Amino acid sequence: MKLDPKNTQRAAVAVLGSATLLTLTALIFIIVFVLEKGLPVLNWSFLTGAPQDMGRAGGIFPAIAGSVALTVLAVLLAAPLGVGTAVYLTEYTRESRLTAIIRFGADCLAGIPSIIFGLFGFILFVTILKMGWSLLAGGLTLALMILPTIIRTTEEAIKAVPLSYREVSYSLGATRWQTVYKVILPNALPGILTGVMLGVGRSLGETAAVIFTAGSSLRMPASIFDSVRTMAVHFYLLAREGISAENAYGTAAALIIAVLSVNLLAYWMMNRMVAKRT
Amino acid sequence: MDQKIEIKDLDLFYGSFQALKAVSMPVYDRQITALIGPSGCGKSTLLRCLNRMNDLISEVRITGRALLDGVNIYDRSTDVEGLRKRVGMVFQRPNPFPLPIYENVVYGLRVAGENDKKTLDQTAEKSLKAAWLWDQLKDKLHQPAISLPLDQQQRLCLARLLAVEPEVILMDEPCSSLDPIATAKVEELMLELKKDYTIVIVTHNMQQAARVSDFSGYMLLGEMIEFGETKTLFTNPSQKLTEDYITGRFG
Repeated sequence: MKLDPKNTQRAAVAVLGSATLLTLTALIFIIVFVLEKGLPVLNWSFLTGAPQDMGRAGGIFPAIAGSVALTVLAVLLAAPLGVGTAVYLTEYTRESRLTAIIRFGADCLAGIPSIIFGLFGFILFVTILKMGWSLLAGGLTLALMILPTIIRTTEEAIKAVPLSYREVSYSLGATRWQTVYKVILPNALPGILTGVMLGVGRSLGETAAVIFTAGSSLRMPASIFDSVRTMAVHFYLLAREGISAENAYGTAAALIIAVLSVNLLAYWMMNRMVAKRT
Repeated sequence: MDQKIEIKDLDLFYGSFQALKAVSMPVYDRQITALIGPSGCGKSTLLRCLNRMNDLISEVRITGRALLDGVNIYDRSTDVEGLRKRVGMVFQRPNPFPLPIYENVVYGLRVAGENDKKTLDQTAEKSLKAAWLWDQLKDKLHQPAISLPLDQQQRLCLARLLAVEPEVILMDEPCSSLDPIATAKVEELMLELKKDYTIVIVTHNMQQAARVSDFSGYMLLGEMIEFGETKTLFTNPSQKLTEDYITGRFG
């Protein structure tokens, strides 16, 4: 049978369009479902109150604090390391078998299930280095988990900076490091931020690796050596142990809103940066 | 006439491909020297040897010498950043940074560690004046350089270079993206700059070489076929190959 190009075109539009529609529907369904169940629970005292009776009553403030502290710590550890590694790999080394192996390693690490990172963090940080279940052990574990993503997205962002910027910079007598921090990093910043935001999203949503390394204490952490419970872990425990479905959905709604607002903020920052530079 | 640069038996290899073959050539102080020849003849490669821009490409190997004021720039002891401040470059496509006009002009000073606002302001004004841009741009120094028309962008790149006070200006087909009127302006500017700077220009445009340069070198397949005063080279070339090229029988 000979296919008429016009009909294949129509078929392609139909198939691709319905794929998009299906994806969007699933996404919207999840958000609406969680918000519908969770929003009625969400109010000021739920967000700012301490949990009572294992989370059956009261609020989720320590879990919010735990999520924020753990994510900030993980990003503060991983971003400088990841960006530094990416700059070194792209600007300071020539392509060789070694850089190819490092890149392959980073790609493999990015694909490892988070529970493996959790187990590794538990053995190394919690047990051998005697950090116990703590913010520090959890932050270090999550940092390792998001590091490969930050390295690879930063690398891509740096490679996208036009070669001509580097040439001009060198031709005006700039050193490699001056070229990196005055020309390459500012121009790669929106892309680097994308990688960091992916890391933020993964950290906020992580449960397995967090339970293994940061524990699940419901108290407000006072230092980085205290155990914390994140919103994701709180939701998991409330739902898994049948403590309170209502409060589980309330926590899930808070988590979804947090992730969406972080992404919106990042999006806005990126647009501002791009607009400022053109 | 003093020789600012003297190239002696320069060979350049990209991997196993030899792009320059025993090139020797003088560059006279405060004169305009043009490098002409068909695509791929090595003229841009030769130009980039003079401020060691080829160092940025991996697998390049260079033998021979290029003397700047009598000192070989390929010596191990050469301060490459210092060399590039003395021998600056204008590229084929205007390539301002995505920064305001002012920041573009003072970039070279900033990387040299100059932070004094007054010095930066004065240099920016002086450089923009020298590139005939001051009158048009003095009220929009803080606007993005990318929004300027191409010919102003190219002269801004020249101003950015003049700000670091080089001794030699290398131009790699600086007019190839400009229209004839803008090209004429750049050429006029080159004749003005010749009073203070030594200029080497690579051009595809033989008329341009004939109009602006004092000396010309004709290159073919990595070799310097003929070098001499522009008027001699264009009216009475000594080599048959040069004559074929400039009369349009070849290239």
